Amino acid sequence: MDLTFHPETDFKLLLAVPLIPLCGYIIQIFLGRFLPRKGDWVVTTGMFATMCITVYMFAKALNHQMGGGGHGGEHEAETAVLSFFHESKDIGFSWNWLYNAPEILQSPELAAKMQNLTVGLLYDGLGSAMLAVVGIVSFFVHLFSMGYMKGDHRYHIFFANISLFTVAMLSLILSDNILFLFIFWEVMGLMSYLLIGHFSHDPKSHRITHAAAACKKAFLTTRIGDCCLLIGFMMFFYNYGTFGFHELWAFTTEDVAANGWQAWHHTAGLFLFGGTVGKSAQFPLHIWLPDAMEGPTPVSAMIHAATMVAAGVFLLGRVYPMLSPEVLTVVTATGALTAIFAATIGMTVYDIKGVLAYSTISQLGFMVAAIGTGGLGLVAGLFHMVTHAFFKACLFLSAGSVIHGCHHEQDMRKMGGLRRKMPITFICMLVCTLAIAGMPMFSGFYSKDKIVQSTMMANELAPSWATAFAGLALPLAASLTAFYMFRLIIMTFFGKPKDQHVHDHAHESPLPMTIALTALAFLGMFGGQFWLANMDIMGSHATWFETLVGYDAHHGLSVFEGMYPGITLQNTYLGVESAAALTKVGADAHHSALILSLTVAGLGILVAFMAYQWKVRAFSPEKFTSTIAPIYRTVLNKYYIDEFVNKTFIRLSMVVAYVFKWFDETIIDGIVNTVGRLNRILGTIMAWFDKTFVDGLVNLVGALSNGFGAALRLIQTGRIQQYVSFAVAGGLATVAWLLLF
Amino acid sequence: MENILSVITFIPFIGMLIICCLPKNSVGLIKGVALVATGIPLILATQLYFGYDPMAGADGAYAYVEQIDWITGIGAQYHVGIDGISLPLVWLTSILLFLGVPASFGIQKSQKAYYALLLLLEVGVFGVFISLDYFLFYVFWEIMLLPMYFLIGIWGGPRREYAAIKFFLYTLAGSVLLLIAVIALRLQMTDIAPETPFSIPAMVAAASEGLLTGASLPNGGLLLGMEFSTWAFWFLFIGFAIKVPVFPFHTWLPDAHVQAPTPISVILAGILLKLGGYGMMRACFPIMPVAFYENAYILAILGVISIVYGSFVALGQTDFKRMVAYSSVSHMGYVLLGVGAMTVWGAEGAAMQMFAHGTSSAAMFMVVGVIYDRAHHRDLNGFGGLSQPMPVYWGLTTICFFAGLGLPTMSGFIAEALTLVGAFQSDDIRFQALVLISIIGVVITAAFLLWAIQRVFLGTLNEKYKDYPDMNFREIFCMVPLLILCIVFGIFPNLILDVMHPSLDHLVTLLTAGGN
Amino acid sequence: MGLGAYIAVSAILFTLGLVTIAARRNILYVLFGIEMILNAANINFVAFNRFNGDGMDGRMFAIFVIILAAAEAAVALAIVLNVYQLFSTTKPSDVDLLRE
Repeated sequence: MDLTFHPETDFKLLLAVPLIPLCGYIIQIFLGRFLPRKGDWVVTTGMFATMCITVYMFAKALNHQMGGGGHGGEHEAETAVLSFFHESKDIGFSWNWLYNAPEILQSPELAAKMQNLTVGLLYDGLGSAMLAVVGIVSFFVHLFSMGYMKGDHRYHIFFANISLFTVAMLSLILSDNILFLFIFWEVMGLMSYLLIGHFSHDPKSHRITHAAAACKKAFLTTRIGDCCLLIGFMMFFYNYGTFGFHELWAFTTEDVAANGWQAWHHTAGLFLFGGTVGKSAQFPLHIWLPDAMEGPTPVSAMIHAATMVAAGVFLLGRVYPMLSPEVLTVVTATGALTAIFAATIGMTVYDIKGVLAYSTISQLGFMVAAIGTGGLGLVAGLFHMVTHAFFKACLFLSAGSVIHGCHHEQDMRKMGGLRRKMPITFICMLVCTLAIAGMPMFSGFYSKDKIVQSTMMANELAPSWATAFAGLALPLAASLTAFYMFRLIIMTFFGKPKDQHVHDHAHESPLPMTIALTALAFLGMFGGQFWLANMDIMGSHATWFETLVGYDAHHGLSVFEGMYPGITLQNTYLGVESAAALTKVGADAHHSALILSLTVAGLGILVAFMAYQWKVRAFSPEKFTSTIAPIYRTVLNKYYIDEFVNKTFIRLSMVVAYVFKWFDETIIDGIVNTVGRLNRILGTIMAWFDKTFVDGLVNLVGALSNGFGAALRLIQTGRIQQYVSFAVAGGLATVAWLLLF
Repeated sequence: MENILSVITFIPFIGMLIICCLPKNSVGLIKGVALVATGIPLILATQLYFGYDPMAGADGAYAYVEQIDWITGIGAQYHVGIDGISLPLVWLTSILLFLGVPASFGIQKSQKAYYALLLLLEVGVFGVFISLDYFLFYVFWEIMLLPMYFLIGIWGGPRREYAAIKFFLYTLAGSVLLLIAVIALRLQMTDIAPETPFSIPAMVAAASEGLLTGASLPNGGLLLGMEFSTWAFWFLFIGFAIKVPVFPFHTWLPDAHVQAPTPISVILAGILLKLGGYGMMRACFPIMPVAFYENAYILAILGVISIVYGSFVALGQTDFKRMVAYSSVSHMGYVLLGVGAMTVWGAEGAAMQMFAHGTSSAAMFMVVGVIYDRAHHRDLNGFGGLSQPMPVYWGLTTICFFAGLGLPTMSGFIAEALTLVGAFQSDDIRFQALVLISIIGVVITAAFLLWAIQRVFLGTLNEKYKDYPDMNFREIFCMVPLLILCIVFGIFPNLILDVMHPSLDHLVTLLTAGGN
Repeated sequence: MGLGAYIAVSAILFTLGLVTIAARRNILYVLFGIEMILNAANINFVAFNRFNGDGMDGRMFAIFVIILAAAEAAVALAIVLNVYQLFSTTKPSDVDLLRE
């Protein structure tokens, strides 16, 4: 098998990655209902093909990195050239998106000032890992859904939608510019809307109104983040005139090297991060994610593992060189706050999916905080995204399997003792719980350990309030994670059945579901470090992910060459004098981190067992919660953030809406109507004037002649003698006049 | 065909004459004639669109020009032609009018007059889009107003007279302002170049030479402290702004929409609103570039107010159709913001927004029409769970609403993104601030559309509506082409931007020259 | 005796006639008054002819007037008789058909 990357052919293969499920979607949405089995096999087969391609391409990338000098780390001079970074533009495999007519492109005067958008594919170490993760997780979710969604009245639509959901994520990963990333980012938002709201059409679902509200909430909350992202890259576009990632990195770092970080860099960076906050459910925009549980469980698995929330973290990986140290401080602080804050809520939740939802938020906090610390943290955060995808997908699908087995019962208080009824589910879930708790040999350990290590390194190299906070919060959150995850396991699978009815009907899930579970659990176990191959259980060698992105534990600076080739980062390890110093700090941190993460994880698990399995009196949860009742109530109610948002932002918007509506109907329309009314009044006055004065004048003339005539009639008596008198008088008067004048 | 524009314009007129000669009760024949008389222009316009050479509109040139002397006394000519700005709108008109005919099949009241007026409306609209002579432009502008008045006033809802009169008075006020400006400009042109015909290209040319400033008038054209060209600019602008409509001249729109029958709403939102934006780009801004340059930010502010204000008012509505009407106010704000920014992307975003809104809002009004035909009310809170009896309707509505809220892969996104990014590119800091404010509108637009979907389609089914039939073939036939256009132009924006680019590039050159 | 005396007589006669026409209530007196005015005119004719003229013009006119007066009196009396038959009165103030 040829495992070298040939851009000419391989980019076509990569293009097929999103196109295959897209075709599946189109077939499914139009013809799905007419196909046998409602067409689930069409999209699932398509996803299988996609998964094969992504894994094959991933193998190529890994092979390139391994063979291309992966062991050259000891010779410091040679480590610089480690990049697996391909842009399809370089081989002319691109698409003139905005203007494509040859006449326009060739017209010299138009071309001179034209801002076209040329779109291509970007395939690098990070992308290849993420693509493979999405392909694998999505395929298994498809497989799982074939069992889980059986009998759903919109079965074919569900498969179509989940397929397009995957398309959006795959395309997002392959985008070589931030505008296209944004486009697929939004499409993903749409698909999440449709999928979370899947049950809002199902009259049989008792959560129908909840689903309807949840999908809207998810879309709107993330859209606030999306708008921030839009503003962020608009600001970068204004300054650098490009959307391409590679150009943006290059322009930013060159600009910063020459002029330093400017104010707008901070603002724009914060806006870009706003996108992550929305999509990756960071505080305070995390509120949509727990509600998103209203969707079918496979959808939750997709959202929490491969798509949606991963996209936000992936975005951070893509724009990392454009974030100023100040922005990274905020990133770290937000991530750490989210991690600890969601973990505390996770301890109080009884809904099996709810626990997992808050654990996702918490784990995302880990990733974001780690990326904020930069350097190793960047690699660790992205790596955690990958391992988290495997074990969280598996956890959700296991939870789905439990729910399926218990006939859609989600409350953990009614479960218990399911270990024997659902052995495969139990084992898979246990494996992944160990992974998320950070036990060695399980994938989560290798990434989480690196995260703790990176915060320690950051505290050593570039200490700030945020890194100090993260250094405290993350280990604490890790321990809480171990606690509440084992609480979930114990309440669900151990002990005695709490609800005999549920227990009696519980059964192991059908074959497609258990296959999916097993495969993902396998990845949750071995996805972090291939320790079976080199027996490096404690993770002292570089993990596959570090190799893939070109990071070498012994030469921390090379990460930049691996992920951002040709870019000299301006926000990472700036104070470090030499690679040797960095290596030393890294090695010290590695050892302390190892001890710390093992301790906190062990403690968390121990406490969980004491509290829920062995029921040690001192650790009784009831007693504990009653001692801190007010705090407990606050946490149980998710710190009242939903209520706060409802009372402030949503109410404010509605108030503004009603005020504007009133303004429109009363003031503006009022003015218009008043103008109309005034015109009518004016018209009435005019009519009166016309009738009275203009017509009056005419009538006056008539009346005058009439009156005159009437007056004259008085002297016309018909009496001759009078006439004579008048004649005489007239004559006399004439004479008098003649004589006098 | 050399005179293809005239053919497109006057075929509906012939159709109208034929309908007038037909007996009143041969309804089938009348509908047939109407279909043919709108169908032929559609075919021709489609052919015209896809056969158009983009460079034909470069440097202010026009394609398919016809120029015949008409009223020699005032220098008016029959002068028509198209460029990249008007061609997409001509095509859009032919599409929407054609779809408007089957969409009107449900109308039962004096059908002969209805279809005759519809065809007359089409003549007027085509005429406005293709006129290059100022006087001709004005004549067609007036021709288009009258049928609309009757179409709302006779076939409208319960408060149709009020709405029709409001519509008519508003637009008439606009026409009066237009007429004053047109007369003033005619007199100016006579002063400057007596032999020149009263054509738009000639005036643009004169304006770009700095001639149309009113310098030949007494007092140098200064009136109440404002220059002649500024007066003319504002008169023309308000005349067109009423049509767009721009805040605060927008209140005729909700009433007219709510009272108008569905196909008329579709045409009103889809085409008539575009006349305002088109009029500005064709007959106002390039003729008064200096005044435009000085006042561009005011226009952009009005645009942004329309965007944000319109979306908030829409959020507060309980009437489905009023909500959609206010969403039109919000969407058309982008047109002003985009043109006001005077960047190529901004102008293209504005022009694209006119097309995108023409398809998406037309489809939205069809959505409202479908439910109104069944329930005979439009109260958003009175529905619920309609996606269960009417899944196809729900699916198409969702596509349509997401097109309206500017989801990527829909043409609305291209338009909004180009507008926002283009306006943000302006070197004027005020425009950047305006863009940031208008983002609020983007979020609120999503909010009210999704809330409407939630209230109408999702959740518990209202028992009253459980037997409603899904959309029938005619309704689907009317809506689907619009949605296809939304998606196709959203994924392949080059199909429309290629056509527009040379003309808009020239327009922006003219406008920015106003600053020098 | 000079011209003045003739004119004075004539004027007195004329004034008496006029007053008679205007003031008397019987229509016959009105006719008398008319006769007196005519005769006042005749006196003038004759007097002016006597003092100023060199021919017979004035006297001829006077004879002509007398003839006319006779004719007029005949017609007038006929009218008066008819009026009397119609209105049973000879008072001119009662006869106001002229105003119709």
